[in-house]
Amino acid sequence: MESILCLVHTDSNGALPKPAFEALAVAKDLAAGLGGASVDIGLIGADVAAAANAVAAAGARKLLGVSGAEFGQARYATDAAAAAALVKASSATFVVATQTSRFARVLAGVAQRIGGRIDTHVTGVAVKDGAVVVNRWYYRQRMEATVTRAARPWIIAVDPGCVKPWSGAAGAAKVEAVKVELPEVRTQVAGLRSPSADEQTIRPDAELLFVAGAGWTKKQADGQTHVPEAEKLILGFLHASQASLGGSKSLVDASGEGEAVLRFMTHLNQIGQTGATPRHQKGLATCCHGEEPHTVGWRFVTERRAINKDAGCGWARGKADVLYVADAFEVMAKVNALLKK
Amino acid sequence: MSIQYQIVVCGSIVPDPLQTLEPVTSAAGPALKNEMMLPAVLDPWAGHALFEAANIARQHPGSKVYLVSLGPKAKLQQVMMTVAQKAPFELIALDGPSSGFTEAAEVAAALAEAIKGIPGIDMSRLLVFGGWESASRGAGATMQMVGELLGISEQFQGVDQITIAADGSFEILERIEAGQHQVSTCAGAPALLGWATGNLPEPPNNPQVGMANMRVVMPALSKAKPVKLTGEGLTFASVALPKQQRETRIEKNMNADDIAKEIVAWVQQG
Repeated sequence: MESILCLVHTDSNGALPKPAFEALAVAKDLAAGLGGASVDIGLIGADVAAAANAVAAAGARKLLGVSGAEFGQARYATDAAAAAALVKASSATFVVATQTSRFARVLAGVAQRIGGRIDTHVTGVAVKDGAVVVNRWYYRQRMEATVTRAARPWIIAVDPGCVKPWSGAAGAAKVEAVKVELPEVRTQVAGLRSPSADEQTIRPDAELLFVAGAGWTKKQADGQTHVPEAEKLILGFLHASQASLGGSKSLVDASGEGEAVLRFMTHLNQIGQTGATPRHQKGLATCCHGEEPHTVGWRFVTERRAINKDAGCGWARGKADVLYVADAFEVMAKVNALLKK
Repeated sequence: MSIQYQIVVCGSIVPDPLQTLEPVTSAAGPALKNEMMLPAVLDPWAGHALFEAANIARQHPGSKVYLVSLGPKAKLQQVMMTVAQKAPFELIALDGPSSGFTEAAEVAAALAEAIKGIPGIDMSRLLVFGGWESASRGAGATMQMVGELLGISEQFQGVDQITIAADGSFEILERIEAGQHQVSTCAGAPALLGWATGNLPEPPNNPQVGMANMRVVMPALSKAKPVKLTGEGLTFASVALPKQQRETRIEKNMNADDIAKEIVAWVQQG
């Protein structure tokens, strides 16, 4: 009989982040698909009581917890030991988690430690003919595969935003504490470093992703570049719309090649093959050009619109819902003016 | 006295990202169409790891960089012709598939074995580098497993910066959500770092470095240990290109005012 461990961690406030509820939804669906396999929930955090209460109504067989100050922050040595201890305590054959940065850094090591196997960046989990199959992308989102495995335990790390999170009433949960033997810990977490207040990065919480392409820094109709104006227009739009900023690889790389650059654009903004593949609800691409593989950066954006001067551009044609063949400088100036009203 | 590090960079080769990729089914499972014909490059994030390793080695005289690479020998040789001009390193080649469809755990076992076999490897001076994900499998799994197999529990992924202090401790910036970095301090080697982009630009080609490297690259390739990856227990039910094609509404004649109004309405739509 298969059994499932839904592995979650708390955030800095001791609550469960949204991806934890997504993992729980996947675990419950998987259990139903397997004909009623049991689901345990494994919690990691400084204090897991509030988090356990939040999933009290999820119908878990057991709630297992690893808690203590050393588990309040993401750190490989402590997180790997905690996760491995929880898997052993539950004797699970499947471990479902979401690919938060904290778990992404540790779950493959845990798979190795417990003698299991792992699939990461999973976008779908199903049971077909009694076998569990997962979907994931290969070659940086350029081809999609359906995979199944014989090995157990099988850790399945689901990308955040792929499923509807589980929701249920909070209650009073009883957590079974799991003891962890820690190795010598030689790493201390000093804290977080945020980009400066005026620096834009890819923010998953934004409704809209604004993608700037290399066209912004190229010579315009008058034969001149207009980089300061481009910066003003882009930052003006980001400020007015609260959009998140992404950049094409060619624009991000321009700085290393000595070309004109947008000062706020860094590798943290890069989307596509060697950058992020964000999952915003809406995406507006401006001055972006190119065929595959450049377009993979916004494959997972739901509603896509583009502004560029080439009606046949592979970035937009067949990939965007709407392509405005126009000068982005002119259009964005008018958009900003309207948003200010 | 500065620590003389042994920096082992794990990095394989991937098809040039600008190539068209198409999956096919081979006897050994999924593969890329004309895989052996596709031009290859050093995996981009592994490349960043190599450049960061070379930078640390330069700052700590007596340090040495090793590049452990698993791939078809002929393709490795082709890629090394370019990579060898970027930074001084000693190649440890493993002759086997570089496909993204291989099993991470098997690749990790082969890499860990190769690292353990480096003569004079010293855990107290060992830094293991690699890309935090590859451009092929893109799982972010192999390096963590290599660390486990080597018994390294100080691991960092999505690293953009390492700053080594005089006492051998170091500060590390790891990428986390929302464009933030987690800042950690580690007491010292051994440690494993899966690099994101880092801060260093790709070094220009240096023919002198290339000549020096190639003197050891060619012998390393000739004695590359064959590695067989079976993918036991892993079954691909399907591998396909995404077929989703959108019906794009192309507005060629709309004026800027109307476009702006339409975009603003769309942005503000709930």
